[in-house]
Amino acid sequence: MELTLDDYLLVSGLLFAIGFAGVLLRRNIIIIFMCLEMMLNAANLSLVAFSRFNVQAGLPNYNGQMLVFFIITVAAAEVAVGLAVIVALYRARGTTHVEDISSLKF
Amino acid sequence: MITAILFWFFAALMLGFACAVVFNRNPVASALSLVVSFIGLAALFVMLDAYFLGTIQVLVYAGAVMVLFLFIIMLLDLKAEVRRKLHIGIVAGGLAVAAAFVFQLCAVLEELPFGGRGFPAIRQPLNDVRNVGYVLFSDYNLPFQVVGVLLLVATIGVVILSKRELK
Repeated sequence: MELTLDDYLLVSGLLFAIGFAGVLLRRNIIIIFMCLEMMLNAANLSLVAFSRFNVQAGLPNYNGQMLVFFIITVAAAEVAVGLAVIVALYRARGTTHVEDISSLKF
Repeated sequence: MITAILFWFFAALMLGFACAVVFNRNPVASALSLVVSFIGLAALFVMLDAYFLGTIQVLVYAGAVMVLFLFIIMLLDLKAEVRRKLHIGIVAGGLAVAAAFVFQLCAVLEELPFGGRGFPAIRQPLNDVRNVGYVLFSDYNLPFQVVGVLLLVATIGVVILSKRELK
């Protein structure tokens, strides 16, 4: 049994779906943030799979891996800023539950 | 054969602990499940011959980012969530959207013309870090420096956000 591109894309899509369901179902803002990270990683997995699939001159196509590298870097910066915002929010409101933070709700 | 077994083992590990992130009530348990999930993903990167990315996945994601998450969870002293009344509509809607996404994904993969093909063999010595570094510092030199500036801006932003008084 040989592994195909479909296998990797299916696993990546399932990881994305789990993260997506987590964002929709959970009400704790930190868990929602973790599920967002999971969705970014699902995209990374399909990018690496396509990069390995598209062999050029006997080597994987490194452009896809470069995109993954930049996604990881930007995600690290995003986590730092996002968690600082959550800490500021917790100081102001004393909660991380999204249903208790509804001042922007119409 | 052995690669297929390893692939499905790590994929199941990753997806199982990803489910644990969503269904755990305790935020610390969720964060630790996410660490295991990321390590499974790093193993999949290594199986795709992306050794450098597998390494920084462990170092940056499973290491730095998740330590930051755990640090904030413990700083805010979040207890396990008390059981609130679940809105059945929200839960059903969320699961339905995720299921629709999986259904759509299966339909697309069914139609993908090259999806059933295996991965072509690599016919050159794979000096992964050397190749990644070469592409990064030649074709992607400008984005690399822009990302450096982005990290600096993020650092300054975090320092300002974390100050007691926002003026």
